[in-house]
Parts: sequence; C-alpha cells; structure tokens
Amino acid sequence: MSHADFVALFPLMIVSATAVILMLSIAIRRNHRTAAAISLIGLAAGLGSLPFASSVAPRQVTGFLILDSYSFLYMAILLIASVFVFLFSYDYLNRRQEQREEFYLLVLLATTGAMVLAASSNFASFFLGLELLSVSLYALIAYIRTERVAIEAGIKYLVLAASSSSVLLFGLALIYSESGSMKLSQFTAITSSTGQASSVLLLTGLMLTLTGIGFKLAVVPFHLWTPDVYEGAPLPVTAFIATVSKGGMFALLLRWFNPQGEGPAGASGLVLSIIAIASMLTGNLLALRQTNVKRILAYSSIAHMGYLLVALLAGGTLGAPAATYYLMAYLVTILGAFGTMTILSGSRSEASSLDSYRGLFWRRPLVAAAFTIMLLSLAGIPLTAGFLGKFYILTAGASQSRWVLLFTLVVSSTIGLFYYLRILVVMYAQPVEPATAKDSSTQPLPLPATLALAALTGLVFLLGIVPTPFWNVIVAAAHNLS
Amino acid sequence: MILPSLIMILIVGGIASWIVARRSPDAARWIALVSVMVDLVMCLGIWIVQPGQTPERWRMECNFAWIPQFGIRFHLAVDGLSLTLLLLTYFLGVMAVLSSWTEIREKVGFFHFNLLWVLAGITGVFMAVDLFVFYLFWELMLVPMYFLIGIWGHERRIYAATKFFLFTQLSGLLMLIAIVALAVLHHQSTGVYTFDYQQLLHTSLSPRAARLLMLGFLIAFAVKLPAFPFHTWLPDAHTEAPTAGSVVLAGLLLKTGAYGLIRFVLPLFPGPSRELAPLMMTIGVVGILYGAVLAVGQTDLKRLVAYTSVSHMGFVLLGIFAGNQIALEGAVVQMVSHGISTGALFILAGLLQERLHTRELSQMGGLWETMPALSGAGLVFAMASLGLPGLGDFVGEFLVLLGTYRSNARLAIFATLGLLAATLYGLRFAQGVFQGPNRHHWTLPDMRPREWAVLGLMMICLVWIGLYPHPVLNTIRPGLAAAQQIAFSQDSQEIKR
Repeated sequence: MSHADFVALFPLMIVSATAVILMLSIAIRRNHRTAAAISLIGLAAGLGSLPFASSVAPRQVTGFLILDSYSFLYMAILLIASVFVFLFSYDYLNRRQEQREEFYLLVLLATTGAMVLAASSNFASFFLGLELLSVSLYALIAYIRTERVAIEAGIKYLVLAASSSSVLLFGLALIYSESGSMKLSQFTAITSSTGQASSVLLLTGLMLTLTGIGFKLAVVPFHLWTPDVYEGAPLPVTAFIATVSKGGMFALLLRWFNPQGEGPAGASGLVLSIIAIASMLTGNLLALRQTNVKRILAYSSIAHMGYLLVALLAGGTLGAPAATYYLMAYLVTILGAFGTMTILSGSRSEASSLDSYRGLFWRRPLVAAAFTIMLLSLAGIPLTAGFLGKFYILTAGASQSRWVLLFTLVVSSTIGLFYYLRILVVMYAQPVEPATAKDSSTQPLPLPATLALAALTGLVFLLGIVPTPFWNVIVAAAHNLS
Repeated sequence: MILPSLIMILIVGGIASWIVARRSPDAARWIALVSVMVDLVMCLGIWIVQPGQTPERWRMECNFAWIPQFGIRFHLAVDGLSLTLLLLTYFLGVMAVLSSWTEIREKVGFFHFNLLWVLAGITGVFMAVDLFVFYLFWELMLVPMYFLIGIWGHERRIYAATKFFLFTQLSGLLMLIAIVALAVLHHQSTGVYTFDYQQLLHTSLSPRAARLLMLGFLIAFAVKLPAFPFHTWLPDAHTEAPTAGSVVLAGLLLKTGAYGLIRFVLPLFPGPSRELAPLMMTIGVVGILYGAVLAVGQTDLKRLVAYTSVSHMGFVLLGIFAGNQIALEGAVVQMVSHGISTGALFILAGLLQERLHTRELSQMGGLWETMPALSGAGLVFAMASLGLPGLGDFVGEFLVLLGTYRSNARLAIFATLGLLAATLYGLRFAQGVFQGPNRHHWTLPDMRPREWAVLGLMMICLVWIGLYPHPVLNTIRPGLAAAQQIAFSQDSQEIKR
C-alpha cells in the first residue's frame, strides 16, 4: 500500500480509530460529555481529512474500495449527518438513558459502515460495510432497554435485516458463479444491457441483490419494517436510519446501477421503475391515516426514496446530480424534522403522537416555525431545499422523457402534501388547555440541539435559494462516475 | 431596483409586524398598513411618471442571474397589464388591512405577517417574466393564504384551507412539469437552458407538444381562475376565510389565473389557444350561467358572493379566448372592477357578520332601518355586481360581450342571459338583507369612519372605472396588444380599428 493510498483512506481510518479510542476511554472511565466530545472531534477530524484525501483521488485502493470525489462527497454528507445526529442525541440521552456512552460507539461504527458502502467497489467490501451498518443498528434500535416498543423494533429489524442480508449474499453468489468476478462494476454492464444478453442466473442474482438493497432503502415491497422500526427506535436512531443508513446504500446504488447516458434499462430498469412508482404511491397513501408523526415520516421516507429512484432512472447527465442533490436536501430536512421532535421529547416519552403537537405554535413559536419549514421542504414548497431537489428531478426526468414517472411523482407528492398539512393544522390549532403538560412544554431547550436545528433550518434555505455552489460540487463529483 | 423592493417592503413589513405585535397589536396593524401604502404610492409613481406608451416592451425591469446552470434568472418586469394589476393588489391590500382592523383580535402579528406575504407572492406573480421565478411566487402565495384561511377562518376552515391548497398544488405541479418540459425542449432545439419568458416565446414546438404543454399551464390557471369544472374549491375557501382573506382571494388570487392565461398561455401557445378557444369560451359561458344560477340559490351571504365570482370570472375567460382586442380589454377591465366590487361585497359581508354574528340571509332583512348608510353602500355594490351601467363591472362585461359577438354570436347571446341571472342574485342580495320588514328587530351601529373610508374609496373607484375607463384601457393596451398579436394575429388584423 503506497503512501497515497494511505492518505486516501484517512477519513475511513480516522472514524474507525475514533471508535476504538472511544471504546478505550469508556473502559477507563464513563463520562457522557467526554464520549460525546471524542466522537464529535473524531467526526470533525474525518471531515477535515477529506480535502487531503481528495487531493490524491481518484484512486482504487486494494481492489475493495474506490476513493474518488464521488465517494468523498458522500462521505462528507454522511459524516455531517452523523454530527447532527450526535448533537441531537446528547440531551436526548441525558434525559432518557443510564448507559449513554456506547450509543456514540455504535453510531461511529455504523457511520464507518455507511462510508465503506459509499466507497466500495467489490462484493466483499459491499457486504462488509452493509453488515457493519446493520449490526450496529440492531443494538441502536433497541438502545432504550426499558421501552418495550424499542426491543420489539430491534428484534423485528434484526430478523428482517438478517434475512435480507442472506438474500443479498445469495444474489451476489449467483452472480459470482456466472461471471467469476466480484467487481461491483459488472452491475453497470448488466443494468445497461437490454436484457437478452444476460443469463437467467445473472438476472436472478441481480434481482436478489436489489432485494437486499431495497430493504435497506425501505422501498416498496421491502418497506414493511419501516413504520414499526421508525416508531420503536429512539428518535436520534430513527434520524440516523433515515439519513446515514439510507444515504450510504443509495450512494452505492447510484454509482453501480446507473449506466451513464441513459438510466437502467431492460429488466432491471423495469423492476426499478415499478419499485419507484409503487414506493411513491404506497408511501404517500399509507401515511394519510397515521396519527403518529414518526410513522407518518416513515411512510413519507418510503415515498421520498421513490422520488430518488426517479432521478436514478432518468439517468442522462442530470440524473446522478439530481439524485444527489435531492438526497442532500432530504437528509437536511429529515434531520431537521427528527431534530425538532427530539427537542420536544420529554424524559418519559417522545413527542411522537400527533396530539403532542397540538397548539405547538402558540407555545413555542420558533420550534414550530422550524418544524413548519421542514415539513414544507418535505412537501416541496419553493424557497426550501425540497423544492429545488424536486425541480432537479423533474428536469432530469423531463430531459429523458420519463413522463409516467414524473406524473406519478406529481400526483403522489400532492397526496403527500395532505398529511404534511395535517401536521401543520394540528400545530397551528388552538391549544386545548393552557399548558398543563409539565413534561415537555416548559422545559428549557437544550443548547446543542437548538444550535443544530438552527443550522439545519439555515441549510434548508441555503439549499433552496443558493443551489449553485452545491450543484457545481455535485456535478463535478458525478462527472467522475463515468 | 424598484421592482424587487416592492416585494422586499412587504416581506420585511410582515416580519416587523409579527415581531412588534407582542408589544402592541395596533402597531402591527399600522406597520402593515404603512408598508402596503408605500407600495401603492410607489406603483402610482411608476404609473404617473410613465403614463404614455413607451417603445420598449417593459416599462421597467430588473434582471439578475440566479441559477446559471439552468439559465434561471431573477427577472422581473412590468408592463401596463402588470402595473394595473399591481395597483389593484395594493389598493385591495390596504382595504384588506383596514377591514380586518377590528375583526382580527387574536394573533394579530402572525395574521398581518401572512397577509403581507400573500401580497408579496401576488406581487411576484404579476412581475415575474422568468417562468421558474413565476412558479416560485405562484406557490409561495399559497402557504400564507393557507394559514389565513386555516387559522382565522370560520367554522369549516380546515376543510376549506386544505381543499384550496390541494387543488392549487396539484394543478401547480402540472404547470411545473409543463414549464420544465418547455425549458427542456428549448434546450434540445437550441442548446441553451433558459426559463426566460421572451426567449421561450420563440421555442419551436411540434403541435402535439404545444398542445400538451398548454394543457399543463391551462389546468393551473383554470383552477385558480376558477373555470367551471375546477371551481369547487372556491365557494368553500371564500366562505370560510376571514374578511381580508376573502378580499385577497376574490380580488387578487383569482386574477393571477386570468393574468397567467393572458401573459403565458396565449403568447406561448398561440396555435393550441386558437384551437381550444371555442371550448374555453363555452366553458366560460357555462361558468357564467352556472355561477349565477347557484348564487341565486344560496342562503349564506358569503357563499352567494363567492358564486357570483364564478359567474364573473366566466366573463373573464370568455373575453380572453374571444380572440379580439376589445374582448380582451373587457376581460382585464372586468378583472379590475370585479376585484373592487366583490372585494367590497366581502367587506360588507364581514361588517354584517361582525355586527350580526351570522351570515344567513334568513336572519337578515330590513337592515335599512337601523343602518341606512351601510345599506346604501350595499345597494351600490350589489348594483355594480349585477352590471348596472355607470359602474365598473358594466364596462368590462359590455366590452367582453361586444368582442364575443364578433367572434361567436351564439355564445354572446347565452352569456347575456347570465346578466339576467345576475339581476336576480343582485336584487335578492339587496332585498333580502337591507329591505323588507326588520323581522328580527336588529338595532345596530351604522358605519364608522374607518368603514366609510374603505367602502367610500372603493365606490369612487368603481364609479371612475364605470364612467371614465380610459386611463385603465390606455395603460393595459400595449401589454395586451403584445399578447394579442402573437396569439390571434389574423383576427387582430381583421378588426383593426
């Protein structure tokens, strides 16, 4: 391994080293503040090393990892998302849990896994990253041990994720047996061919692999775990699943299933289109009747993954940048939404039922305003990040004439608007009784989480009003794909 | 720099009045009033300084790069048409602030914040000549309007607000697809990404593409207008909204739909516009009759006025697609005078509700006894709404019918029947509320000075447009001529005066 390879691996190594250091420090002395500080410093160092690492990019390291500007862009996104998760979880853990330090350890490991996914170029590293991510998540989802729903959600995720991993593994094995290669790049070849060339074995393997990927992204029909796990997991973990876990997997999907020129064609194109349409419609329709905000956001995340697939399917020169931009916008927004919910959660229960938001605007105008902005961004109203994301997807789709997908997107996002409005209506309704809830409505706002929320609100507007610098970076990174 | 500052004043004013309202609600009201007034004065300034016809297409414009990768520019411009509608916007804006002075007592700051932001969005819609920016403002005026209805509305406000939002959002997204597709087609034929109105005018489209794209725009504007089958959101939203909300909805939001048709649909898609003109005119006539007939049957005062809007906007649709200059000018005059007369009727309904705490016609009657001045004002606006000569609406409707008769005599005759129905609802309104015996023995305070000022000014404007519409016609003519020449070039040469 050359010196340059070493430099290129810096971000990954720093984050994993942070996990080790954190583990040692917990062994010596338990201290929540120290643990949080070490993890934040580690993530910051990882972010700081990205410019150095990208100075030697693009570089294929050891046949497992490909480190180019695309990987580094996604690593940056994932690291920043993790930073926000940490900022939100600090007070949440202070309020709710005895053993707080391992939380950071697990999140760091999971983040490493997601980063490996974003950079992997080989079946082995793909699976390694996936498992690193999944195994940490099993523990994270059930982290609040006193909550029955959390344990239930953890077990549900364990069973389903383990079986989906084995399906994925079987798919990879089939492909290997046919092609004799472990390179992820063969997906690009299979998906771009129009179907008649690839054998049944390859196609079966591809479909099984897509099942595994689809499970992590929670797209229809692999979405069944999402509402329960979102609801049961502690809020910061839900935020983590919605952002880092999905972001890492999507980075891999976008890189290897996106033949340049046009989007996925043939059988895989058809399957992905069906998945996209089903996700957009199912997600938004099922969200309509929910009364738990976490479940609403879970179903909405299914729909949003559908929108992302539209950009992936559109392909062309705009497809990959549009997908990345939308993902960035979505991550910022959903972090903000879950962040708001975390801030409002009390020591005994989370603010997840729709009723706990009744009249929020008249009790806490600023928090409610931030939540409003996040919801409007999810709905895709102009001046927010979500709108420009949607605009880029529409442009990408229109330039490749994917009209069916675009119309489904428009219709389903109108359906989606309905339940975002429902939350808004509740927030702006008259409070029923004057502030009897002593638990969450009167406690002071935690500082780190508030700062994080303010930053995210700013980012939503920044991405919605000044997209040019972000777009240029994304286009440059996506250009690297070909 | 004047054009962006029109928007900025409203945005900043909105935020300021929200902040100030914690200390003193009255200060918030004054801030809102002053910021709309400043805009009104600035617009009047533009109008007076450049009254004549300038050789350039726009009287004033500003143009910044915004998202260069897609050729999106923050491009605002006004011609006579936009300027007239902007003047209407700020005039009704002032009226809306004044008419909610005593009606809104809770959350005064947030109310004025939303009111001013709606006006800012409408201002942007009337000025944007970049299609992306246009769409942005189009959506942006939706959110504050949603809050206005949803928070300060009447009994079924949530239902009405949600319905309003969903209707406009779905149609708006279809328009967004059409806008993006238009830009992409332009890119494919010229290699340049642009959303600029004047560059997209020269996009070469296949007839099929033009027809489909036009549909995207048409649906958005027809919902907002509202044209006949898409009107169902309107009675609910108008009835449930607070007075200021109803004034802005009826007076301004509906006009953005008509404005969109004139500014974008006719010039961008001249071919399909000609093809669809008979259909759209028929829809207009159906709207006129349907709205008028339903208005006669209403028992809720605000609902009655809401259905008259459907009828009046039918005239506007008819005038826009009649395909000649006279009808188009009539449509714009109708837009302005309908904004004032219907706005006034909603204000009147608000005053009555504030005093009587009901909107049911059966609870009213004989109010002339106790409130002669208010009842007199009511009679004037009812007459304006039914199209009495000498008041604004008559001029608009007459010009529309005149123009329509040239292109399609049969439809013009049917549309005239709408005026008959208008007489029915106008008289029903005037008689049912103000005349007859005072069965419920109301004794109520008559108009206060503030209310006098509001309704008096609106009356003066209506009489002015009714007797001397030339300033308005002169202002809008160049802008309309530009739209007209592209869309109906053969026709306009035919009937050149």
